[in-house]
Amino acid sequence: MDARPNLAPASHGAAALAAPTWGRVRAGRRTADRALKILCALATLLGAVVLGSILLMLIVEGLRGFSLALFTEPTPGPGSEGGGIANAILGSLVMTTLGIVVATPVGVMAGTYLAEYGKTSKLADLIRFLNDILLSAPSILIGLFVYTVMVRTMGGYSGWAGGVALAIIATPVIVRTTEDMLRLVPGPLREAGAALGAPPSLVIRHVTWRAAQAGIVTGILLALARIAGETAPLLFTALNNNSWFSPNLMGGVANLPVMIYQFALSPYENWRQLAWAGALLITVAILALSITARVFLRGGKAR
Amino acid sequence: MVALSENVALAAAPRRARSAPSPIADRIFHLAAYASALLVLLVLAGILASIAYGGWPAFQTFGPGFITSSAWNVGREEYGAFVAIIGTLASAALALVIGVPISLGIAIYLTQLCPGWARRPVAMTIELLASVPSIIYGMWGLFIFAPLFARFVQVPVSNLVEGLPIVGTLLYAQVPSGVGVLTAGIILAIMIVPFVASITRDMLDQIPTVLRESAYGIGCTTWEVVRHVLIPQASVSIIGAIMLGLGRALGETMAVTFVIGNANRLSASIFDPGSTIASRIANEFNEADGMQLHALLALGCILFVVTFIVLIIARLLVRRVKVA
Repeated sequence: MDARPNLAPASHGAAALAAPTWGRVRAGRRTADRALKILCALATLLGAVVLGSILLMLIVEGLRGFSLALFTEPTPGPGSEGGGIANAILGSLVMTTLGIVVATPVGVMAGTYLAEYGKTSKLADLIRFLNDILLSAPSILIGLFVYTVMVRTMGGYSGWAGGVALAIIATPVIVRTTEDMLRLVPGPLREAGAALGAPPSLVIRHVTWRAAQAGIVTGILLALARIAGETAPLLFTALNNNSWFSPNLMGGVANLPVMIYQFALSPYENWRQLAWAGALLITVAILALSITARVFLRGGKAR
Repeated sequence: MVALSENVALAAAPRRARSAPSPIADRIFHLAAYASALLVLLVLAGILASIAYGGWPAFQTFGPGFITSSAWNVGREEYGAFVAIIGTLASAALALVIGVPISLGIAIYLTQLCPGWARRPVAMTIELLASVPSIIYGMWGLFIFAPLFARFVQVPVSNLVEGLPIVGTLLYAQVPSGVGVLTAGIILAIMIVPFVASITRDMLDQIPTVLRESAYGIGCTTWEVVRHVLIPQASVSIIGAIMLGLGRALGETMAVTFVIGNANRLSASIFDPGSTIASRIANEFNEADGMQLHALLALGCILFVVTFIVLIIARLLVRRVKVA
């Protein structure tokens, strides 16, 4: 979208300066240069086109299924008419909240340890490295882990297991951003705190955390965006359910991603319709979250 | 800076005089931070231990034959990982072949060619691609991309190469439905592009401007600057970024499950359906019991080992440059 106008004048400072001398540049070099510029712009354009096409698909297919019932009725059983996705929306909210509530204290504290206590010690280096690996570990493995540890021992699928799986995915994101943001806080601030007689824990809580607040919140928002659409780990932990889940969160707990997965591939027209509506809902929510996080971070940095 | 210190001052001032902070609270805070950090370590160890434990019966029953056997028969309780392993490697390899040039193109465009005003919106667009959930890619791949791919690529190419040696088997679709290993590779490519592109972009941004300017100064074209100055400078970290993308492609589950076709057979053609480790686990896990469950966990174990080796290499490569 944005890429098109740049195709013609290459508009790079140095390239523009070189332009008048084109006559003395060999044709082969000129062609290679042009080809690079066009291919790079095309690659970028391709990315934009794919994003646009995904959004267009979701809007066209998803809006068709929008109605009030979507937000008030639970998912219908096989073959029955109508229905909504209210239970899945609520289940997703509950488990995502659970995940972020567990992940935030652990992640912020672990990030604090790395930035303020461990620093360059061997243990901190190891944890930092493993955290980075956990950050990009396949989420399906985390699902398998929680399945063996929680679902089997607790005797069935549960919202708790789903929440824990999401927490494990969210934690490394929060650890990483918290550490990065704390490291940006200038040392003299800490020294000033210490000079007033504050012990390390007070300095961290009242000085460094406060200074890095915007960044830490951004990390939490990013983690939220990351786990809100996770499907694979929920498939083995919370599964799905076509009715309101029990308040103690035991048994299958309906959630948007698994609902979308099961309904999109189903033979029932109304199920597929609900899957599209759910897909639109979840994508819009996640994109809004990630945009908010970025804007928030920029606001924090500018200060 | 000024605002920061004001913040701190404001926060401290109006409170009532604080009693002398107890050393115990300080200790507890330190311990809590330490415990949280250790938890990260424990979780990773726990993942490996639990999956290995769950898959152990399968490894014990089938021995090394588990990796080389291509049987997957629930009725006869025969399981082998070969088809899924090949499917995983093939789709990830295709994803790299397609995705890496696109990622590099985007990174070069963003750092070298894009006019300043467009840089932020374009970068944002690419980054948003990374936050689209994988299941949405799956739906897009199955309902939008696959029909187009079948009609405009699979059918014409199959007709073209039919009967030819090598390409005739490699690029022939028996049932041109649009789903298959190549489709999975293309969707994976789109999914890893934002990650590889954003790391590469950061690395290119870190290269001192002087290097670039001196290359332009001796009359290099943009292509020559990119080819002979930027890429060699950032090569190690670009490889690291590619490995990170590979790690992602190997373990990606939902999108692949939608578009790979989920067939347990070894086909020479990249147009034919196949399955990956992750897609097989996602497909069968909820109905699995007994030995099948162990076999699926054993598959998970193999995936764990492979992706973690790839990710460790990736992190080492990306890190080394950051330190230097």
